[in-house]
Amino acid sequence: MATRSVVGRGAVAEAISWIPDPEVPVISIADLGILRSVEVDEKAHRVVATITPTYSGCPAMEAIADRIRWEADSRGYTVDVRTRLAPAWTTDWMTDEGRAALERFGIAPPGRVQDDGTRGPVPVQLTVHVVACPHCGSADTTEIAHFGSTACKALRRCNACLEPFDEFKAI
Amino acid sequence: MAAQPSSAAYVLGLADDAMVYAQRLGEWMTNAPQLEEDMALGNIALDLLGQARALYPHVGSLDGTGRSEDDFAMLRDERDWRNVHLVEQERGDFGQEMARLLWFSTYQRELYAALLGSSDPVLSGVAGKALKEVRYHGDHAALWVVRLGDGTEESHRRMQAGLDGVLPYLPELFVDDEASVAAAAAGIGVRPSSLHEAVTSQVAAVCEEATLDLHAPSWRARGGRAGIHSKPMGYLLAEMQHIARSHPGATW
Repeated sequence: MATRSVVGRGAVAEAISWIPDPEVPVISIADLGILRSVEVDEKAHRVVATITPTYSGCPAMEAIADRIRWEADSRGYTVDVRTRLAPAWTTDWMTDEGRAALERFGIAPPGRVQDDGTRGPVPVQLTVHVVACPHCGSADTTEIAHFGSTACKALRRCNACLEPFDEFKAI
Repeated sequence: MAAQPSSAAYVLGLADDAMVYAQRLGEWMTNAPQLEEDMALGNIALDLLGQARALYPHVGSLDGTGRSEDDFAMLRDERDWRNVHLVEQERGDFGQEMARLLWFSTYQRELYAALLGSSDPVLSGVAGKALKEVRYHGDHAALWVVRLGDGTEESHRRMQAGLDGVLPYLPELFVDDEASVAAAAAGIGVRPSSLHEAVTSQVAAVCEEATLDLHAPSWRARGGRAGIHSKPMGYLLAEMQHIARSHPGATW
């Protein structure tokens, strides 16, 4: 499981690591695994933060970069925000803390990534993993839509308590 | 970096395919048969837009012009676009869109899987990212193709018509043009023809499950990679570009 060790030490690094994701504000960008590193040069008062998008078209990237600039700038640091595509983000980088926060918020956390990238389109939908309802805990849930309110989520419904909920997709 | 015109032309083709199809798929928002499909097709469009945004500045660096993503997307005329005809065609009915999405996302999946081994680190990085996404796009399309094809008499008829409707535009995806041959020789890209068999067999498997017939096309579209486009392209660009061109440099 991923840990938050990628984040540097010090007040500015700490502040940057706690920036909430703009679309899922209960989880920080560090716990989501999109903040890859923060390098702080205390002498030069300079910060280099590296972020990676969850999905290629994630519209939150610019808001996140702006917020990082603001956190650094307001503490008197010059900042360079870099975007890195490779290695590609995976939900396996999400921390345990982040997963727990998602579940408390009513979003089923992602399962383990099983895709080896080699299979073709599936003509028939198979239940490959059990997604428990974040509201009542029942394992009896159905996918309603492959794509939910954002690219990173699918829409499901609990057959026990009948509540709809988002599932963070494993990629 | 020294200018590498042939690599730039190859990457531009990939970027333009993604950009133009993103625009077409975006048109489904508020027009899809159900709200979930508005969101699904909007999300798929966003993934493709993201691929294009990552690729355009790289083209500007490879061709030595330093052009930005906006320069490429908003300020080029029709003859400068290098996308295939498949993606510029007007939105048909939902069945036809699912046929186009199935073919295009299966093609992109094979393409990006091959580009993981590209000697160009930007291209292999974009490929690694996009590969995870296009798998979802293909799955989504496959589910609909099966549901509609193996559904009612009416849905079967329309799904078959949609599948037949995109046929003439498929061969162009797999044509080895000058830029792709050069890019493949340089270890940067892949020959489109090398993807044909794998893509076709996967689509054929979905069609079989969907009780649909894959026919041979009666004619073949061509010319997109050379900047020769069909009638819908001009209208698409007019809609996509008019605000950026009417208000140069505007930000909000």
